[in-house]
Amino acid sequence: MSAALELDPRDRGGPAQPLLVVENLKKHFPVRGGLLNRQVATVQAVDDVSFSVRKGETLGIVGESGCGKSTTARLLMRLMEPDAGSVIFDGDPVGDRHGITVNDMRRQMQMVFQDSYSSLNPRMTMAESIAYAPRMHGLGRKSAYDRAENLLSRVGLNPRQYARRYPHELSGGQRQRVNIARALALEPRMVILDEAVAALDKSVEAQVLNLLSDLKQSLNLTYLFISHDLNVVEYMSDRVMVMYLGRVVEAGPVESIYRHPRHPYTRALFASKPTLDPDRRTTEMPLTGDPPNPINPPSGCRFRTRCAFAQPRCAATTPPLAAPFEAAAPTHVVACHIPEAQVYHA
Amino acid sequence: MSDITLQTQLVSRAEAPAAPPPGYWKSVGQRLLRDKTTMAVSLLLAAILFITLGAPLVTHYDPYVGSVLTRLKPIGTPGHWLGTDETGRDLWTRLCYGGRLSLLAAILPVTISLIVGGFLGILAGYAGGWTGTLIMRTMDVFYAFPSILLAIAICGLLGNGLSNSIIALAVVFIPPMVRVSETVTTQARNLDFVEAARASGTTTLQIIRYHVLANVLGPIMVYATSLISVSIILSAGLSFLGLGVTPPQAEWGLMLNSLRQAIYVQPYVAALPGLMIFVTSMCFNLMSDGVRGAMDVRLNK
Amino acid sequence: MPNDPVLRVEDLTVRFTRRNTNVAAVNGVDFALQAGETLTILGESGSGKSVSLKALMGLLPAYAGVTGKVWLNGQEILGLPATALAKLRGGAVSMIFQEPMAALDPVYTIGEQIAETIVQHEGCDNRTAMKRALGLLEQVKIPSAERRLKNFPHEMSGGMRQRAMIALALACKPSVLLADEPTTALDVTVQIQILLLLRQLQEELGMAIVFVTHDVGAAAEISDRIAVMYAGRFVETGTTRQVMRHPMHPYTQGLLSSTVHGGMRGRALETISGSPPNLAELPPGCAFAPRCRYAADACRQGDIPTVTTETGATARCVRAKEMADA
Repeated sequence: MSAALELDPRDRGGPAQPLLVVENLKKHFPVRGGLLNRQVATVQAVDDVSFSVRKGETLGIVGESGCGKSTTARLLMRLMEPDAGSVIFDGDPVGDRHGITVNDMRRQMQMVFQDSYSSLNPRMTMAESIAYAPRMHGLGRKSAYDRAENLLSRVGLNPRQYARRYPHELSGGQRQRVNIARALALEPRMVILDEAVAALDKSVEAQVLNLLSDLKQSLNLTYLFISHDLNVVEYMSDRVMVMYLGRVVEAGPVESIYRHPRHPYTRALFASKPTLDPDRRTTEMPLTGDPPNPINPPSGCRFRTRCAFAQPRCAATTPPLAAPFEAAAPTHVVACHIPEAQVYHA
Repeated sequence: MSDITLQTQLVSRAEAPAAPPPGYWKSVGQRLLRDKTTMAVSLLLAAILFITLGAPLVTHYDPYVGSVLTRLKPIGTPGHWLGTDETGRDLWTRLCYGGRLSLLAAILPVTISLIVGGFLGILAGYAGGWTGTLIMRTMDVFYAFPSILLAIAICGLLGNGLSNSIIALAVVFIPPMVRVSETVTTQARNLDFVEAARASGTTTLQIIRYHVLANVLGPIMVYATSLISVSIILSAGLSFLGLGVTPPQAEWGLMLNSLRQAIYVQPYVAALPGLMIFVTSMCFNLMSDGVRGAMDVRLNK
Repeated sequence: MPNDPVLRVEDLTVRFTRRNTNVAAVNGVDFALQAGETLTILGESGSGKSVSLKALMGLLPAYAGVTGKVWLNGQEILGLPATALAKLRGGAVSMIFQEPMAALDPVYTIGEQIAETIVQHEGCDNRTAMKRALGLLEQVKIPSAERRLKNFPHEMSGGMRQRAMIALALACKPSVLLADEPTTALDVTVQIQILLLLRQLQEELGMAIVFVTHDVGAAAEISDRIAVMYAGRFVETGTTRQVMRHPMHPYTQGLLSSTVHGGMRGRALETISGSPPNLAELPPGCAFAPRCRYAADACRQGDIPTVTTETGATARCVRAKEMADA
């Protein structure tokens, strides 16, 4: 199976070239108000976000509401136009004269949404929904339906039983399986999973996570796994990126991030995780208050308003994303000015 | 992983691939056939359509020739089983021929407003922005007038006659049609599955055809069918007021007006055109309810 | 038994009958709760956990058939007339919800809403009520409470709104607080704050809490006892430690093993196959049997006995003893 990676005719740069490189992605939304509908503020939803995803890996993006993780997904799929920044898919700049078109990129990169119900057309049967994209891309009706049925059984749903059903006739877990099948219908190389298991019950969530792992292996997929659930991100990802108010605060290999979180926010986030152990309950609040409003966020480091280590320079300049001082793992990068704040207290 | 592959093989080998599922509209049709009320109402409408379009087949009288000798005969008169009107014309014949104009004057304005209003509404809803605002604000101007007054005013302006009454009613029906189609389009446009379709790299036209229209045409058609019943009453009203069809043409509203004087002589005969207006309008109303039910996939398992 | 329980529920049953379907949402739930104790009802969607809670509050629509007995401070309340029940709500027993925006009135300020509740239940004047409201906001640790008193719900962040709703629920010093997934919609860092706040308030005020959630993590953080609910029944009850460490019922075992937690990388998750049963057509015997890998013939017929261990934990399972020993 692993040989298939080299055999994929769409692979251009070889295994060393990242499948996706994102540079300085930016999206600000104007907030309009008042009598004349003038712009009164800006939501800095995604601000200067850069990262790359290697072939065959799963990059997890974790953060709280308003951190910009879903906006990032939509920007990558070009469901919205970014204000600035570039996206390079397997060496080809997307939407660039010298690269590939947005449509070509979308054939190779697909997305699964959180809401399994509203992301399926209520007037289409499961087979129709899955066959839709291949048909629109020129596949014949018969072959498209054959592919749909194949995919249905691939995601664990018997096509004879489910092909003709409508979305409302299925449970949430079954619908999400169909959404995954739909995303695979164009045989993409990369799938963005935007809170794809968040709305599911735990026992169903585990089934879908197992399915995603199986599919990734057998189809050589690359995942961008977006979730607010720290445990699920740890389970699924090879590398993790932590976002806060539209910026990346920390990124690195999953073991390094989860064992030695450096950024004060990452540490607080992990400390907030319920312990699942009745004898070692959380006794102190790791953070107080809610995440600030992404409208007009704090200057400099955006976490400084809730950070115990904040100093004047945190307000003055934005800390760059860089390897920490002792350089334990050069791939583990942190955006923090204060070295003391980054010392991990075991 | 291996059992998934195995499963795939098992499925493709053991089961003959099922035929592509029936399309959405086909399943709507199947559900309609199972709905008794709607089927009964449709049969009644078909019968009304038959006696009006096929009037020469069901009666041998001339709708415009009467005789002074047979004026205002009661229901059940031999030869004139529904009686005769104030100039001695056979009422059954008049009703059959009159339905032609009544239905034409009712359905045509709705069809025109469906095409024009539906197009404008879907455009306003899908494009949004300045285009949408411009269309919707223009429609709001028409909303400022009560519909019957607007129709009378337009008819008064254009002069009486069948075509002017059709134009007047079409103008009256366009704004609500635009508003309904704009609302449902805006709702459909913001749904995740439309976004998912965009993410699969299909063109705007394909998205409108497969995702927006399928979810928008249903409610619009239902609304249009329910408008027909209003339209029948309004167009009959215009004729009744002398603003639509002119005598001696047969039209239910106009017949109601001319038989008005005979209400104390032959009350049952005088009520017949009104009964036809009522029954036809009711049928369209019930049919629109049935179609609405059949199109809601959630109601039917 | 040293104290009488604050809340005692016996054979609570809820049926939704509409047209020709009969949905058995809750099928005989019993529990008793002491002052200062927290019982978590843990279950997945459709297990009947929220319906049970609403039945206790008399908040279900008229077509729901609610039977059984509920004693609040020794008084049976299910048979009470609607007006008497309404007086209890927000008084001796109050409720907090998943979505504070839906529970708070958008056109009144937080202060007005809390004061209104106090005036209604205690009949004091407006100024005293407002003073009490300020105290309550301070108690739930809303910063700059004086200013927040004049805020409308939409002017507050999610966590602040949840605190305001807790303050509203505490306005009349309830002896029982019913919490319906109050932390589900919150961010992780805010969720733990609310859990800690509830724990602390309970210590100060000594109320009993029924906490309904699907989140094993939240349950472990807050509860003294856990009742695991499946298809309208408690399938397992016990102290938090017993249920989390030594689950007896195969469903609880499956639920715990399919909950992703730290250090599970690289292993396939153990899952419960299939999906929850249709409440309109519950199978005879144990409702979990069709999904259970240990199911025997005895599981598919008749009434399933509830087994109680020496430590007081219970499991509604034919093979509970074997499961416990395993």
